[in-house]
Amino acid sequence: MAKQLETICITTGPVEVGDYVTLNIGPIHPAMHGTLRVITKTDGETIVSAKPEIGYLHRGVEKLGENLTYSQFLPITDRLNYCSAICNNVAYEMAVEKLLGLQVPPKAQLIRMIMMELARIADHQVCVGILGVDLGALTPFFYLIIQREEIYEIFEWHHGARLTNSMGAIGGVEADLPERFHEKWPKLRDTIRKANDETDKLLTHNRIWMDRTIGVNAFCADDALNWGFTGPMLRACGVKRDLRKEEPYLMYDEVNFEIPTGKHGDVFDRYMVRMLEMEESVKIIDQAYALYKELPEDAPLMKKVPKIIKPPEGQIYHAIESPNGELGFFIKSDGSDKPYRIKIRPPCYMVYQAFEDLVKGEMISDLIACLSSLNVIAGELDR
Amino acid sequence: MSLKDRVADILGKDLVALNEFRGDLCIEVPKGRIVQVLAKLKEEGGFDFLSDLFGVDNLDLYAKAAKKKKKSQEESEDTGETKGKESVQPRFEVIYLLLSLSTNERLQVMVRVPEDDLELPTVTGLWKAANWPEREVFDMFGIRFKGHPNLRRLLMWDEFQDHPLRKDYPLEGKGEERHLNYDIA
Amino acid sequence: MKFQAIQGEGWLLTKAEQLINWGRSRSPWPFPYGTACCGIELMCALASGYDMARFGAERVAFTPRQCDVLIEAGTITKKMVPVLKRIYAQMAEPKWVIAVGACACSGGVFRTYSTQQGIGSVIPVDIYIPGCPPRPEGILYALLKLIDKIEADHPLYKQRPKLIEALEAYK
Repeated sequence: MAKQLETICITTGPVEVGDYVTLNIGPIHPAMHGTLRVITKTDGETIVSAKPEIGYLHRGVEKLGENLTYSQFLPITDRLNYCSAICNNVAYEMAVEKLLGLQVPPKAQLIRMIMMELARIADHQVCVGILGVDLGALTPFFYLIIQREEIYEIFEWHHGARLTNSMGAIGGVEADLPERFHEKWPKLRDTIRKANDETDKLLTHNRIWMDRTIGVNAFCADDALNWGFTGPMLRACGVKRDLRKEEPYLMYDEVNFEIPTGKHGDVFDRYMVRMLEMEESVKIIDQAYALYKELPEDAPLMKKVPKIIKPPEGQIYHAIESPNGELGFFIKSDGSDKPYRIKIRPPCYMVYQAFEDLVKGEMISDLIACLSSLNVIAGELDR
Repeated sequence: MSLKDRVADILGKDLVALNEFRGDLCIEVPKGRIVQVLAKLKEEGGFDFLSDLFGVDNLDLYAKAAKKKKKSQEESEDTGETKGKESVQPRFEVIYLLLSLSTNERLQVMVRVPEDDLELPTVTGLWKAANWPEREVFDMFGIRFKGHPNLRRLLMWDEFQDHPLRKDYPLEGKGEERHLNYDIA
Repeated sequence: MKFQAIQGEGWLLTKAEQLINWGRSRSPWPFPYGTACCGIELMCALASGYDMARFGAERVAFTPRQCDVLIEAGTITKKMVPVLKRIYAQMAEPKWVIAVGACACSGGVFRTYSTQQGIGSVIPVDIYIPGCPPRPEGILYALLKLIDKIEADHPLYKQRPKLIEALEAYK
């Protein structure tokens, strides 16, 4: 018994003696997505402190990146945020292109945009679905996941993989949009909207849903910025900030879309921001597809890139708006064919470190709701 | 007024070096003044958002440069007095990525940390966002942050001995395994 | 007096074995140990569309004490190894393990300092599924293979020495 206690001390820091109950949740727990672990101290059912413990999926991606060539590292980026692998791929490709000083042809940019927005929809669908499951609403999850299969179908047609896409290459994309995409997209647009509508009808005005989410873990904008929040989490707090608008990359400055924002930063606002963003993504794909159609059929897809990529010495940082927020790649090159240092700036890393501030004073059941709404992906959290 | 001039204006003589590459500005500041510099940049420069914080190990870079120099020296048979200078070069860098929310400008602030003095003041007082990144730098490079509220290993387990992202640590590790205390008994 | 049913592969024994195997193979309750990317594909396999419940994996057990099959989907890091060992030790007999994906089989692309190179060195594995990640069909196929394995099992015959001992003592 004494030995066990000692172990707990090592992993959680000193245990205070008091009237609090220490409750360990995770790392394998149905509500802890993947490998997250939170050590909470509770007074009754109220949380006094919640210490997240991470690293259970630390796979050494950054070290691996230093030992692989620039092109070899691309498939590893899939395994960061596996819910929307394409966003990782494009972020990495764009960072290397910035290092090389390349400009990608417009057709490739549009294909990247279309695929990224599809990935964004798929990511938000998982997040909303799992949020429902964790709060006891199973049905929307089933509606959304069957819909997601159709998005996966498009990915499969384009680059041959469902989940770990490895889309494109440094310098462009390897393939044009598949022919079947042209028939599929109008139908898919309707089914995405239908699935979202069904989810909306099932959840948004549901009394139980509203009770479980409205006012839970409200967070103010100043704190959110101080903690380094980005993406839907920050927008739910009422800050209108989206890298697609602020630092337009690809051709996002040529399409019109809104940035949905919340007000209170509670679980309901995060859910609503994600739901509305899916609608905006559909709009973006529509416009990008229209722009794509204007281009000639034999427009180039790839910029000429040497087989062995050797960027000049220097260091750059490039960030894009991934479904979770600002996903950045810092690459330092020493002039050889391998990056000298790769640092990934995962969006949910910054969000998850504020977890104690988010849930302090709430109930245990609200902790689960909070964690699901953050959409923490262990792969990119631990790298 | 460009960003370069503005930063130079704000920092004055705290600015050791300034480097621009593909539009990314990287400034080097002295190690002892990092908190004051970042506070100044936050207050006067408008860089109010800490995007990220991480370390870089320059061991291989210096080794490569030394090799190159040696080669060129052998070719030209010049006997320079560069040997003493190389050993002085600090091994680690810590880079702070700052972002201005109003103007959307990014700035890399770099501090060099020598191997015999692996300590930096923490910036968690300025941005709470520096909490985990600083722990990660400690975990991966062994650089300690003075005044950090909870400086423990973040990604590796507590009993782990090495610092994996250092360049002299092998990719496949040294065969460490994790045991819990009640596993061993 | 000798007990006919116990001594050889008698009629009673085989019929009882068939009954037990029928029961076990029709309801392999899975414990979804999803750690990484493969966990998302496992989720797809469990949810609508692929619907693993068709093959008896109806109830997803979220406690190791009430499950039969540990579906280990995703990378196991060295930090996670003690946890995996403990989860496996908590499962009640009979128990089976499916390793989903390249990481669980062999470490996959992550040949690094912090990744366990395959869970086979930590716990015994019944079925390996290659792929990074495997498709949901692959996971379903593995479950069907596991059901075949369960049906070919001899749960009572293996216990024969123990049973004889017990009956001798009773006599």
